[in-house]
Amino acid sequence: MDNSFNIVGKAVIRQDALEKVTGRAKFADDINEPGQLYGVMVRVPTVHATIDEIDYSELLRVKPDSIIVDSTDIKGSKKIGAIRQDQPIFSFDKIVTPGDVIAMLVGESEDELKSLSKKVKIKFTELPALTDPTRSLEPNAPKIHPQYESNLIVHYPLRKGDVEKGFKESDFIHEETYTTQLVEHAYIEPETVLAIPLEGNKGIKIIGSIQNPFTARKVVASVLNWPLTKVRIVQAELGGSFGGKDDTMNILSARAAVAALKIGKPIKIHYSREESILESYKRHPYILKYKVGCMKNGKIIAMKIDILADGGAYSSMSPFVTWRSVVQATGPYDIENVWTDVRAVYTNNPYTGAMRGFGSPQPIFAQESIMDEIAIKLNLTPDEFRRINGFKAGSFTASGQKLENHDVNLLDVLDTAIKETNFTSKWKEYKSKTSFNGYQLDKISDTNAEQLILKKKDYINPNKLLWKGIGLSISYRGCSLGAEGIDAAEAYLSVQNDGSAYLLSGLAENGQGMRTTHSIIAAEVLGISPDKIYYLETDTGLIPDSGPTVASRSTLMGGGAVKAASDILRNRFEDFLRLEWKLKSQSEFIFKDGFVSVNGNPQQKISFSDLCSLAYKNGICLAAIGWYKSPEVNWDEHTGQGSAYFTYVYGCQVAEVTVNIGTGQVYIDKITAVHNPGKVINLLGAEGQVYGGVTQGAGYGLWEQVTTDGGKIRELNFDQYLIPTAKDLKEIKPVFVEGKDVYGAWGGKSLGEPTLELTSAAIANAIRNATGKRFYNLPINLEELLLRRKLFPKDLKRGSS
Amino acid sequence: MIINFKINGKETLINLTKNKRLIDLLRDDLKLTGTKEGCSIGECGACTVIVNGKAVNSCLVLAQQVDECDVITVEGLAEGNKLSELQQNFLKYGAIQCGFCTPGMLMSAYALFLENPTPSREEIETAIEGNLCRCTGYKPIIQAITSTVSGE
Repeated sequence: MDNSFNIVGKAVIRQDALEKVTGRAKFADDINEPGQLYGVMVRVPTVHATIDEIDYSELLRVKPDSIIVDSTDIKGSKKIGAIRQDQPIFSFDKIVTPGDVIAMLVGESEDELKSLSKKVKIKFTELPALTDPTRSLEPNAPKIHPQYESNLIVHYPLRKGDVEKGFKESDFIHEETYTTQLVEHAYIEPETVLAIPLEGNKGIKIIGSIQNPFTARKVVASVLNWPLTKVRIVQAELGGSFGGKDDTMNILSARAAVAALKIGKPIKIHYSREESILESYKRHPYILKYKVGCMKNGKIIAMKIDILADGGAYSSMSPFVTWRSVVQATGPYDIENVWTDVRAVYTNNPYTGAMRGFGSPQPIFAQESIMDEIAIKLNLTPDEFRRINGFKAGSFTASGQKLENHDVNLLDVLDTAIKETNFTSKWKEYKSKTSFNGYQLDKISDTNAEQLILKKKDYINPNKLLWKGIGLSISYRGCSLGAEGIDAAEAYLSVQNDGSAYLLSGLAENGQGMRTTHSIIAAEVLGISPDKIYYLETDTGLIPDSGPTVASRSTLMGGGAVKAASDILRNRFEDFLRLEWKLKSQSEFIFKDGFVSVNGNPQQKISFSDLCSLAYKNGICLAAIGWYKSPEVNWDEHTGQGSAYFTYVYGCQVAEVTVNIGTGQVYIDKITAVHNPGKVINLLGAEGQVYGGVTQGAGYGLWEQVTTDGGKIRELNFDQYLIPTAKDLKEIKPVFVEGKDVYGAWGGKSLGEPTLELTSAAIANAIRNATGKRFYNLPINLEELLLRRKLFPKDLKRGSS
Repeated sequence: MIINFKINGKETLINLTKNKRLIDLLRDDLKLTGTKEGCSIGECGACTVIVNGKAVNSCLVLAQQVDECDVITVEGLAEGNKLSELQQNFLKYGAIQCGFCTPGMLMSAYALFLENPTPSREEIETAIEGNLCRCTGYKPIIQAITSTVSGE
């Protein structure tokens, strides 16, 4: 541990733990307003159709005083979206995916409204459904949004060097195709929002399970056609998000706001799990084609990548998600010649957007699987091959960015993981055992029923069915938003004259522990206990727009802002003390354990609370605003070249698994997660990120999948959509290799997403090590492992028909 | 119908409709919003409460079923202002992130202790297997419960 810190790097208990452990924490659905009414959605059971007529006559006959809210009530933007405004608050011209909402019924009883919603008759003309993204760009494909020329949402090319020349000069070429699946965030708290019309000209207050209050405000203001100031978004305690409570919550906020203003009463919308999974966006399924040119000595000299992302029915965050993919698609390898194309396209599938990892778990699964295949071809161990090609200080990324000004410690991270797990000897041992006679996984197929019947020769001693494997994956990740957009954050710190302090940053607490992390930073600078810091409620009226709480940027950007505010105050205190104690201008101070003393003269000291009181009496301003803006980054859209992110973090995960080759079951024995998050601020929070991210990553690798049948989701609740339970991962070991950096607070950078992005690839490589077989399609569930394909209920034909 | 039951040690008489779920009785009528609703089909365990010493999903229990029963919710875990050892360990070991699953998780662990004061790690994992958590990866939760057993 770094002894120069008093609190930073230690395990600090969350500030909000007390209310959460006693049931007192107020999540959005725990908040009610007198006289509130409920909003219930009206949907059409179709995938793709034009809306011909919305007929409320039967509804009004049954209940003449029905309150209906639909697109005709919207005075401002009827459609919204970060880049393309293609998503309606209420659908009025087309249905493009089953989650679409036509109208909202408002009343006192949700049960009554649900039955009344069936009385709304919508006449629509069905259109051919487009559910296969590989067909989206065909000339005769149905157009999802006719206002755009084609179903292409975005195309990012990246061109570096001469890839064809690189292939020609290569000793061998390795080509493979991988696919990843649609997955759900599965935050345990479903979406809830409460919109409260305020008195007079004060506008509207919205309280909800909102990940990005400033984005929600922007959307609501644009839908209402109001100034931003009249829309106040207050974040309730958020029951998990993982990137998932953005677009959906902005739209729900807008629906609630429109209804609340229409009838002048508070409106609450709270979703059931089924509605949540039906309407909310998911992670992009990718199809990834890689072609790698390699020399006999293990040096990769050319890589060509073609990625197709299914954006689903709306563009949402696709332009940002796929941009991260194009930047990072080669993985952390220095390659002279790179040619990458990443495209996102529309389909009628559930729309896809931000989810923890954000365009990185997909390419990492593909690229790290391929790295192992090439290593095996070259008769190298996975780590040897990665050492040849992995980034070192001064390496160039695929976008031509030189890695400098921070610890480029990828290979340290890799070595730590190798040593920690005794990787190499295990890998060699397990690999040598994989030639297994008499068991031919690949040859089992139900097209030849005869092969499904086991013969005597097929008998395998059950003890021989369990095979062990070990696999690793490595990554680099650009911190914060990069050249995606403006990147700055603010923090407000107001010390009181008794030495306690209010703190608020413009980023949001989404359960990750940001409030505690930020409080630690302020407490460290001022030499006080984090308990002295009172973190204020996130309210768009109280703090400037600091961008969304995404991209693992809350510690880096928010932390940078908190440190800036704290430094301003500390400098002010120091200046005051120099005058007060008549010290030389170069004299330095120690702020520690609630006291401030002169460096080199510990006798001259004052308690922090007395100092605050004294400064206050002398008219010193005890409040400060800190601003943290990212350094310049740049990107050329045509060539995919530029400095994409101002700094990076590095990680390596090692999976140790046992595969039952009889059942296809994969047991996770241990995941060792080695990460360089820059500087660890709260050890307890950092380890928590690792445990959680790895577990989500394992779910992505082995079990989770949202499937659709003709565009309609099959898994609408947790009985079918299976996320990991307490029994599914045996051991997770977090290891931190800190790296020095000048950015953020003492170089505290990013961790939340790196922890998830590596796991599925490490598991896939461990399965390869155990079974000798490569699996190309996530999730690697029982069917994938035994049959190399996925089975869905529709595949099973029963009965005589 | 009128039912009489004990909620967090307090005798309560309440008039309710026959089709009311226990979770709605707790959250809406008694304003005990610590109990959470995550899936409504008994899969996520966020609504777990203790009825006569057993952990149940309050979304699957009709309110009338707790007539004459002893019900404990997360609000009843602390003794006055003093947190129970289990709650303190949830804090200490970082068993909480977003906190939405926490009440249900605590109740499942508490019910386990009522039945078996010295559970093994496997018994602990089985006890909370029906409580989904998407943030913590369960390890800190298991650690907090294990440490409560050993009195660490």
